[in-house]
Amino acid sequence: MSTSTALRISKWRYVPLVLVAIIFIFPLEFMIMSSFKPGQQLLTDTNSFRAFLPVGDLSFQNYFDAFKRAPVALFVFNSIFITSCTLVMSLLLCSMAAFSFVFLEWRGRNTVLTVLLTTLIIPIEIIAVPLLLLVNNLPWVGLNGVTFGWLNSYHVQIIPFSADALSVYLFVQYFKDLPRELVEAARMEGANWWQIYLKVIMPLSGPVLATAAILKFLAMYNQFMWPLMSVQAEQYRPVMVGLQYFFQLNIAWGEIMAYLTLITVPVLAFYLLLQRAFIASIASTGIKG
Amino acid sequence: MKKMIFGGTLLASLLSSAAVFATTPLTMWYHGAGNEVEKKILTGIIDDFNKSQGDFAVSLEQFPQKAYNDSVTAAAAAGKLPDIIDVDGPVMPGWAWAGYMAPLKIDAASYAKFLPGPIGKYNGQVYSVGLWDAAVAMVARKSVLDANGIRIPTVDKPWTGDEFEAVLQKLKASGKFEYPLDLGMAWTGEWYPYAFSPFLQSFGGDMVDRNGYKTADKVLNGEAGVKFGKWWQHLFKDKLAPGTSQSPADRDSGFTSGKYALSWNGNWAALGALKDHDDVVFLPAPDFGKGPKIGAASWQFGVSGSSKNQDGANKFIQFALQDKYLTAFSDGIGLIPPTPESAAASINYKQGGPMAVFFGLSKAQAVVRPVYPGYAVAAKVFEKALADLSNGSDVQGTLDAAADEITKDIEKNKGYTK
Amino acid sequence: MATQRSNRLMNSPTTGWLMAFPATAVIFMFIIVPFLLGFYFSFTNQRLISPNPAEWVGTSNFHQLLDVSVLSLQPQRDPATNEIVKEADGSLTYPSVRSITRNNPDFPQYNGMKEWFSWTSGTTREVVVAKDVVFMKAMLNTFEFVFIVAPVQGGLALLLALMINQKLAGINIFRTIFFMPVVVSIVVVSLLWRFIYSGDNGLLNGMLSFLSFGTFKPVDWLGNPLTALPAIMVMSIWQAVGFHMVIWLSGLQTIPVSLYEAADIEGASNWQKFRFVTWPGLRNTAVLVLVVITMQAFTLFSQVQVMTAGGPLDATQTIVFQALDHGYAKQDISAGSAISVILFIIVISVSLLQRYLTREKTA
Repeated sequence: MSTSTALRISKWRYVPLVLVAIIFIFPLEFMIMSSFKPGQQLLTDTNSFRAFLPVGDLSFQNYFDAFKRAPVALFVFNSIFITSCTLVMSLLLCSMAAFSFVFLEWRGRNTVLTVLLTTLIIPIEIIAVPLLLLVNNLPWVGLNGVTFGWLNSYHVQIIPFSADALSVYLFVQYFKDLPRELVEAARMEGANWWQIYLKVIMPLSGPVLATAAILKFLAMYNQFMWPLMSVQAEQYRPVMVGLQYFFQLNIAWGEIMAYLTLITVPVLAFYLLLQRAFIASIASTGIKG
Repeated sequence: MKKMIFGGTLLASLLSSAAVFATTPLTMWYHGAGNEVEKKILTGIIDDFNKSQGDFAVSLEQFPQKAYNDSVTAAAAAGKLPDIIDVDGPVMPGWAWAGYMAPLKIDAASYAKFLPGPIGKYNGQVYSVGLWDAAVAMVARKSVLDANGIRIPTVDKPWTGDEFEAVLQKLKASGKFEYPLDLGMAWTGEWYPYAFSPFLQSFGGDMVDRNGYKTADKVLNGEAGVKFGKWWQHLFKDKLAPGTSQSPADRDSGFTSGKYALSWNGNWAALGALKDHDDVVFLPAPDFGKGPKIGAASWQFGVSGSSKNQDGANKFIQFALQDKYLTAFSDGIGLIPPTPESAAASINYKQGGPMAVFFGLSKAQAVVRPVYPGYAVAAKVFEKALADLSNGSDVQGTLDAAADEITKDIEKNKGYTK
Repeated sequence: MATQRSNRLMNSPTTGWLMAFPATAVIFMFIIVPFLLGFYFSFTNQRLISPNPAEWVGTSNFHQLLDVSVLSLQPQRDPATNEIVKEADGSLTYPSVRSITRNNPDFPQYNGMKEWFSWTSGTTREVVVAKDVVFMKAMLNTFEFVFIVAPVQGGLALLLALMINQKLAGINIFRTIFFMPVVVSIVVVSLLWRFIYSGDNGLLNGMLSFLSFGTFKPVDWLGNPLTALPAIMVMSIWQAVGFHMVIWLSGLQTIPVSLYEAADIEGASNWQKFRFVTWPGLRNTAVLVLVVITMQAFTLFSQVQVMTAGGPLDATQTIVFQALDHGYAKQDISAGSAISVILFIIVISVSLLQRYLTREKTA
């Protein structure tokens, strides 16, 4: 095959990619474009293709107004803090559990795993009220000593979600595909389970860690119902509850777009960061070829 | 041993009496998070109150309006309510019944001159009072009405049902509007019962039979109800108003941009309309037989039943009811000041002011929504019935199902008596 | 001999339990326990806010939701001659359903039921009545949604994952873009899709009209009971396909490159490579994706809540939406919990069926 043919075929491969990309990117484009337009114009533009075009009265005014209306920086900080804590705990707890389910043999292993996986079905909306009643009666050790009731705090938004069935399932399915010989070999060399977990399995788990991380990040970052119910004080509110600040009697659409653009930045950044983890891990694994 | 107990008791009583001399903190929740204007006025009132006396100090926690009821319900379930509660009028009976609110213990004279809407009564007792009332009116532009030869209705002589129909047909025929009437179907939620049940009442029906609140049968799905249902349905079938698929963007900008000729809207949106056009008029509701009716009752302040500082909470509410604050709120958010004095001092509601007509409307035509603890259910059922009717469902069947559901809920809860 | 040795090596009850304990404890405490509590609520008449304590009512909530019956209505007959009475246009009259179901002492078992649908066989009109017609519709809609979305979304996600697993320059940009919809908030997504689906001058109508040279008539996608659910399906697939694409991708990465190289040496075509190298290697991922998509599809809620609120005419009602409508909006926590229990049973059954159908066939 000549070089020019190879090049031509290569270019054609981009066509479907670009088409799909356009379909997937236009809401973001709409959101960002709208965040620079004043509210009234935004609304009238929505009825035509102008929604996607940088036309009209463009400025940063919406951003200034958004910061005036709500403590945006506080909300973003809260969300990032809560999401990061939950993320770290979840990756640790769920990968450990999955490791135990896949590589260790112990009585009751299959039963426990099955029971855990059935909770995949249970959406947060369904258990919200009983969960609220439950956490309201739990003790917590903090700076003020032992207090009862977890409401109005960071931990009420973190701990109930520090492990979940989806993450466990992701790790289990991934670990099942890793070669058992590696583990058996390490065991025979006298390594204990913690060493195997940390030094053998974890380094190979780049892709699943990245996957579980981004999915968990999204789930936590976009939470609305639970923070609304469990937190009444403004200082602990996350971004999605903050979004409601803009839905007053006279809805401030322009500010909403600005706010949404602002809060989407951390998610995008996190995803981009993980992208490199995907690539890096493939290069370093020893199982490929 | 006895000496220690005595000493302990002495110490405790000393400490508690010392506490009396310190300022007792009062917590207050309000639904205005994100609303600059309300925040400024309310914190102003709070500051004035705190400065005016040294016994109590109020601190404010703001909540976003749309999610306010959900937040409070969750907090109530967990037993974490503040001292002073902000409550939406029709929701109050449910909270009072559940014990979340205690009857107000303030001087009745302080609200004697109020419009009926802002006073929250349940079971013969007053549980909450509001600093404003909200009303709905038909917003139109004088130029449009004149251009189409439409009579401008007044409070004394509103449009009749037939006249209203003729108006809509004329506006439709003019060809200049996408729809002659904008009802605001995009605003799902409490707007539906608030804005549309008055139409039902004008036909002679109601959401619940207010004689005892034991059933919705015959009032919702009786002759009057069916007449209302058929009228309601034809608005959408004949393309006189956009239906449930209306986008919120259209609701917010449609009247101003000329898409819609008439807009059935609340007076909180009126300020915006006044800004955009200089010939905006606010017209009373049409009379469908039993007199024109509009909604009433908006957000009100009450005292929480579990509060340990009820006297302080009551003191604050009494303080907030002064005319100057009523005027301040009205000027700020455009809603109706409850007393004639505060209205006379306000920008929009004084004699000759652009919205003065609302004061009279509210006094003459306002009807509160059903006052009973199961209102939340009735509101949701009614909202769904309205949506289904607008989409073409069978009128009698839909209203029957709605009446049955509301009645069943009342029976399930033993008539909502304690 | 080797098995015995490996059993001894691999068997570690203490470490096994220890490693699995934290995650298990969290999930048990914060998901299972509340669910069991909700399960308990479903047998009482617990109300969200009420001064009255809850009372045990047994299976009454479930009957309220699930009771279905068939009424056979006979046409009206002239009492003297027992001849069937015919209307002027030849149609028959039947007693109204409501006269039987509404406080009729002769038929207590039908009390409170409403008509769902009916058909005529001969002169008898058969009417299916249910205690909660909206819930029945919600169940049907949810099943319809799952059976269409699960395979379509899973398949599209795989296609996308294959597309971006290629070694092309700048492929990372596409990887990021394909994931965008998952990242963007549901508020923006729903606002934009409302504009796309708008019946008057929406983007979709505009595009279809353009592509068909004006022959296509505008459709009110979200306002028409027939198109509302499909419209939500398309939007859901669009929003969530990136999510599953990422899962497929992580599975694709575990397939050793050497297998592909071997296939290349043997001169395999792309399709053969997919069928004999890729697909078998994706086995575990496929099960994961299928199970997760199905479970997530059963819990369809936020899109409906933001865009159609269950309408028009119950065309987009779903089980979870009903659970929250009863439990939260109408403050009947016991009914909401009962619906959750029903959902749980349904999904468990479906996923058990899935596991059975996709089990490893041991040689």
